[in-house]
Amino acid sequence: MLRRPEALLVLNDATVFAGEAAGVLPELGIATGELVFNTALSGYQEVVTDPSYAGQVIAFTYPHVGNYGTNPDDDEARRPFCAGVVVRDLVATGSNWRSRRGFEDFLVDNGVPAITGIDTRRLTRHVREAGALPCAMGIAGAEAVAAAARSAPSTTGRDLVSQVTIERPTTRPGGPRRVVVFDFGVKETMLRHLSGLATLTVVPASTPADEVLAMEPDGVFLSNGPGDPAPLTGPVTAIAGLLGKVPIFGICLGHQLLGLAAGGTTYKLLFGHHGTNHPVRRLATGTVEITSQNHNYALEAGSVPGASVTHVNLNDGVVEGIALEGAGAFSVQYHPEAAPGPHDARYLFERFERLMASGVPRRGR
Amino acid sequence: MPRRRDLQSILVVGSGPIVIGQACEFDYSGTQACRVLVEEGYRVVLVNSNPATIMTDPATADRTYVEPLDPDVVAAIIERERPDAVLPTLGGQTALNLTMTLAERGVLDALGVEVIGARPEAIATAEDRERFKAAMGEIGLEVPASRFAHSVDEAMAIGAESGYPVIVRPSYILGGSGAGVADDPAALRRLAGVGLAASPISEVLVERSIVGWKEYELEVMRDRADNCVVVCSIENLDPMGVHTGDSITVAPAQTLSDVEYQAMRDDAFACMRRVGVETGGSNVQFAVDPADGRRMIIEMNPRVSRSSALASKATGFPIAKIAARLAVGYELPEIANDITRATPASFEPTIDYVVTKVPRFAFEKLVGAEPTLGPRMQSVGEVMAIGRTFCESLQKAMRSMEQGRHGLNADPAESGLAGWSRAELLERLAVPTPERIFEVEAALRAGAGTDEVAAASGIDPWFLTQIARITGARGELEAHRAAHPEDPLGTLGPADWRVVKRLGFADAQLAYLLGTDEAAVRAARVAAGVLPTFKTVDTCGAEFAADTPYHYSTYEDEEEVRPSARQRVIILGSGPNRIGQGIEFDYCCVHASTALRAAGYETVMVNCNPETVSTDYDTSDRLYFEPLSAEDVLNVVEAEVRASRDGGQVTGVVVSLGGQTPLKLAAALGDDLVLGTPAGSIDLAEDRERWNQLCHRLGIAQPPGGTATTVEEALAVARTVGFPVLVRPSYVLGGRAMEIVYDEEGMRRVMVSVAAGMVREGGVSRERPVLVDRFLEDAIEVDVDSARDRDGEVLIAGVMEHVEEAGVHSGDSACALPPQSLRAATVAVIEAHTRAIAEALGVVGLLNVQYAVKDGTVYVLEANPRASRTVPFVAKATGLALAQVAARLLVGETLASLRAAGELGPRRSVGHVSVKEAVLPFDRFPGVDTLLGPEMRSTGEVMGVDTTFGLAFAKSQMAAGTPLPREGTVFLSLADRDKPAGLEVARRLAALGFSLAATKGTAELLKADGLEVAIEVAKVGEDGSGPHAPELIAAEGVQLVVNTPRGRGPRADGRYIRQAALAHRVPCLTTLAAARAAVAGTADSERPRLEVRSLQDLHSPPSPARALAGSLRRWRIRIRRRLRPRRFPPSAGTPFLDKRHVRPGPAPSAPDVAALR
Repeated sequence: MLRRPEALLVLNDATVFAGEAAGVLPELGIATGELVFNTALSGYQEVVTDPSYAGQVIAFTYPHVGNYGTNPDDDEARRPFCAGVVVRDLVATGSNWRSRRGFEDFLVDNGVPAITGIDTRRLTRHVREAGALPCAMGIAGAEAVAAAARSAPSTTGRDLVSQVTIERPTTRPGGPRRVVVFDFGVKETMLRHLSGLATLTVVPASTPADEVLAMEPDGVFLSNGPGDPAPLTGPVTAIAGLLGKVPIFGICLGHQLLGLAAGGTTYKLLFGHHGTNHPVRRLATGTVEITSQNHNYALEAGSVPGASVTHVNLNDGVVEGIALEGAGAFSVQYHPEAAPGPHDARYLFERFERLMASGVPRRGR
Repeated sequence: MPRRRDLQSILVVGSGPIVIGQACEFDYSGTQACRVLVEEGYRVVLVNSNPATIMTDPATADRTYVEPLDPDVVAAIIERERPDAVLPTLGGQTALNLTMTLAERGVLDALGVEVIGARPEAIATAEDRERFKAAMGEIGLEVPASRFAHSVDEAMAIGAESGYPVIVRPSYILGGSGAGVADDPAALRRLAGVGLAASPISEVLVERSIVGWKEYELEVMRDRADNCVVVCSIENLDPMGVHTGDSITVAPAQTLSDVEYQAMRDDAFACMRRVGVETGGSNVQFAVDPADGRRMIIEMNPRVSRSSALASKATGFPIAKIAARLAVGYELPEIANDITRATPASFEPTIDYVVTKVPRFAFEKLVGAEPTLGPRMQSVGEVMAIGRTFCESLQKAMRSMEQGRHGLNADPAESGLAGWSRAELLERLAVPTPERIFEVEAALRAGAGTDEVAAASGIDPWFLTQIARITGARGELEAHRAAHPEDPLGTLGPADWRVVKRLGFADAQLAYLLGTDEAAVRAARVAAGVLPTFKTVDTCGAEFAADTPYHYSTYEDEEEVRPSARQRVIILGSGPNRIGQGIEFDYCCVHASTALRAAGYETVMVNCNPETVSTDYDTSDRLYFEPLSAEDVLNVVEAEVRASRDGGQVTGVVVSLGGQTPLKLAAALGDDLVLGTPAGSIDLAEDRERWNQLCHRLGIAQPPGGTATTVEEALAVARTVGFPVLVRPSYVLGGRAMEIVYDEEGMRRVMVSVAAGMVREGGVSRERPVLVDRFLEDAIEVDVDSARDRDGEVLIAGVMEHVEEAGVHSGDSACALPPQSLRAATVAVIEAHTRAIAEALGVVGLLNVQYAVKDGTVYVLEANPRASRTVPFVAKATGLALAQVAARLLVGETLASLRAAGELGPRRSVGHVSVKEAVLPFDRFPGVDTLLGPEMRSTGEVMGVDTTFGLAFAKSQMAAGTPLPREGTVFLSLADRDKPAGLEVARRLAALGFSLAATKGTAELLKADGLEVAIEVAKVGEDGSGPHAPELIAAEGVQLVVNTPRGRGPRADGRYIRQAALAHRVPCLTTLAAARAAVAGTADSERPRLEVRSLQDLHSPPSPARALAGSLRRWRIRIRRRLRPRRFPPSAGTPFLDKRHVRPGPAPSAPDVAALR
């Protein structure tokens, strides 16, 4: 019977999953990365093109992936940065009026390797116990793939941001204010929301504080991005130099970096949060937001001097938002721009606008 | 905020009998709600007229009223119980409407009862079409534009505004005739002209047509802090134009990009907020234009719905339970997710499988109904299947239907489509029917492209490319067989097996395609090491550990069934609801689970019906949501055996409580596994020859008869025993294709139709012959439910006397418990026969026997060593939890031991009579004759309880939705043979103050007797002085119709009268027995008040305190005269005697039921 080439997915702890190769065939027949699972039911194109997945292999828990094809409007970055895609059933031909290209063609065109036919539920159950492990996948034979898995890198301690950030500043016209966006791997939908408020200057992750201040922005936005915040000492120093001088809003990695800049510490979650159904309590009102999330690292609760916790994950108590009231800065771990995901937290962009309108308290800029 | 402390007592309103559009999903939701509220410490008062429900078990609520869901009755219950609040959102449209009526009448305000769950204002906004449209307009959501037009110009203006195509519907035209779709202004001009002329009030509705758009539903929940979540998205495979209840639907939505899905989610919340549903669940339906994604909102249900039940089963998120908690003040984050226990309910479930729901229809039972699907729901049940892919879940759903299919074609039944060409198939696809999904596959197989099939059917290409995978794999299997004719099975590699099993192919389908048998396929597959794995439904896509063993099978690497060291009993459920096998059997399975859990067993439920209590993950220790096919059930048994540890084992399988479905699997399971009555005895009761021998040996009379496989044989039998005869296929439930035959010509016709109806079972054969028995005219039919233990003791649980005579299917007949006209000696004979049969069959567990009593002789009609439809009724009427007793007997306990443990409970409560009445679906099928016969057609039942038969019968009629009139005109049109007895009915009607209308022959008879006939009615096609019957009925000149079929041949005579009665909702009785029951018994008519009683009152020995409380609270309701005369509550004053009790002669001046017996 007609089938794709057999392929294997092997985790760093030697657990083996059999499937079939899809997408692009990786160089030397093997792709490596840190395996994470995403529980969203829709939004695979946004997930695959989210630069925060740089260095990671994404396993989708929903079995059919590719149902509605792909279209240029749903790209979150200029190209995917993820290391691979694992699915139970890759749907080659999608059906939707917005679709321009099938998902598999999209993967091939963008050089993303994939494996299909995997028992992704078994994989998820394994990862939820063993954690986000390095893995290898490919058609190079069981021993070669297993060897690659043993030496596959995790994200811990690596600077993955430098792989995804832009090389030089660009501007994007928009609303009346001026906002500098630190591109740690920024998603297109964030820029779309921010440009409703301000003209944006998107700067590389390595931009120092004085260069930013020289642009005289009304606010600074710290974007999402891939991997571990701990090695990103440059951005942390820059943010520390901006704190208290200009209103700051951070999302995801930007949230972690703000926390680090303010003196906090971060840690790695066992398998992270990757999905669009995470309940977060907004402590100011007590209401619950259903949020889109994608992170493996988090701020240690209570580690940030002078910060108040504003949002908490109801599943596991992870700090989801902080405010440095005195410094005119706030951030959230989850994704209020929500692409993919629910729109429950879009008010945070309005809050950023209000913060820019009132400016940084006390010291001013 | 924690639960409200200002409420102590809450009234929960149920949904009444099972009808099309409102089935046992509301038993599921209502039961969940009652349990939650009891758990929260509230005093729960429940009202529901349907005895076959778990919610009406006395243990579910503090006070349980099996009473008509009528505003007056519920007002009486409120007056008696004084609840602080009423919760109407878990009892379907019935509960919502009833509560709105009570609110409008001021009853709730006057008695200080708060409506919780949804405020009346919100209900009105969602329910009133115009208000809803206006409200959606305010928040910027589009609804299909529609307006009434009174001129062609007006219609054209509406068309220009809404855009084309539009549907034109003339107002006040019965059955929607004259409606049409206009694609452009010219067509609209023409249709509007025709429609305006056709409408008696010159009015047409012009509505933007969105037929063919994609259809979606979102199940949303909201708490009073305004936290909103989507529990589940559902996409319909059948596009707009087919009622969502009749559509194949899939969860989650498959073809929406996240951008579109999130916008829809925003709209659903905006809708819920604007309508004003502050707490609980709602269902919001959308249509999406496949060409450009334009979205419209179709409707919103401010309550738990059929889709909520599906969404709950599909995700594991218990919507009804949570809705009940939200209604009493909790907020979502305060409620734990039952399945994970570690995470809160304020999240959106994610799933890692595909769920497919397929509706089940009953067109084969409704002769005259066109099997075409449209905007009006016609399905009587549904199945749900879970698979890791759409293909797998679709094929599992197809074999869950129990219509002789093993999946999506690739089975012997596909021969029905064999003759069609590609072009013919494509043409057929334009008309939605229950068979369309099979035609889709056949068209693809015949070479049609997915684009062609999409264009013809409107089904989204995504579903078609998936179905094409099934077709493709089938082609490969056929090619494989051609390439390896000597050993097609042995040459399949493990990877090949895995591919086809992952596409959902059943072993039986593979056997069909590879030219072998199912057992050989199974053996080869097992030898190849390809076994099913059972995964878990956990609300979270495996992100968190699940606490709840709710499983489905698939073909993957890892199995998740937890080891068990306990004794386990597997209970097989009854599959999809259908006519003949409904909620009653689910009730029995749930009771078995309850009883066996209490007795220390771990219970394992297998079922595929998402509407039921049995498929609630809380009902049993383990739940397998699986088709009830031999392959799937054996897989469950093997999985449970594999999971046994440390002495734990599978004690056995219960097959006798889920109706015919599990009983058919007894042979496949084998006697070692089947608990209770052995498979051989089940066969013995079904095998005509052996059964006759057994009756003969026991000296029990049977109607003479024989078996036949040909017309000639059938005629020979009929000549021997004499016409009329009852003709029916063996091995069927619900009397499918059963007919009374009066002559040779009829026999020839019926034998052909019976044979056609048995095609799926393999046709008529020696093994499955047609049964031909002498039909006992005017006999009284009696049903007995009994149970026998392994030591041979027999418990007679209930003897029920039917109101309609033998010949009307027992499921369609009203019946009374205790029997009303049988002499004690006759009952004793019946009980003795039942014991003898139970003994002879070696029954362990339940036995139902049906008898006919004629001229003092008791004839046995049939015996079924399994649960019957009447088990829940018997339980409610007597207080004996019969199904629980039976379950304990199945695992080897004895009646003596149960009695000693006090578990046989109170028996035979005295002082009340219970009447069960059937509820029929004719209002949905205007072309179907309403005449009752041996073919069962009822969808549900109600129960009336009161102190006399008359009152109980009247309550049952009220509960069934056809309350008998208290005054007005009764129209009689009787068959000649019914005329003498009919005269007696007429006399009593006249004495009650009714005026009489009659057709010529009947009128002459009445006048000859000195009765006054106010209106003489002309028959259709007959010139007469009076009005024609349909005109009279249409003009509301009649409040009750008594029409018995004329002669004994063509039963269609008088049909136009019955059609008119149906169309105008005038109660119509088609048997004289029912007329006697309804019309007699004025003994209590002077009683001006109607009493309601809870089951707890009926069955518990009154404690002194309760007796005092009872006498202090003598509450009664005043009978309210209704505005419309035919809507009088009959129980107030028209309890009726059964005419069988009355000897011919002058009517007794003071009717006394007892004296007449």
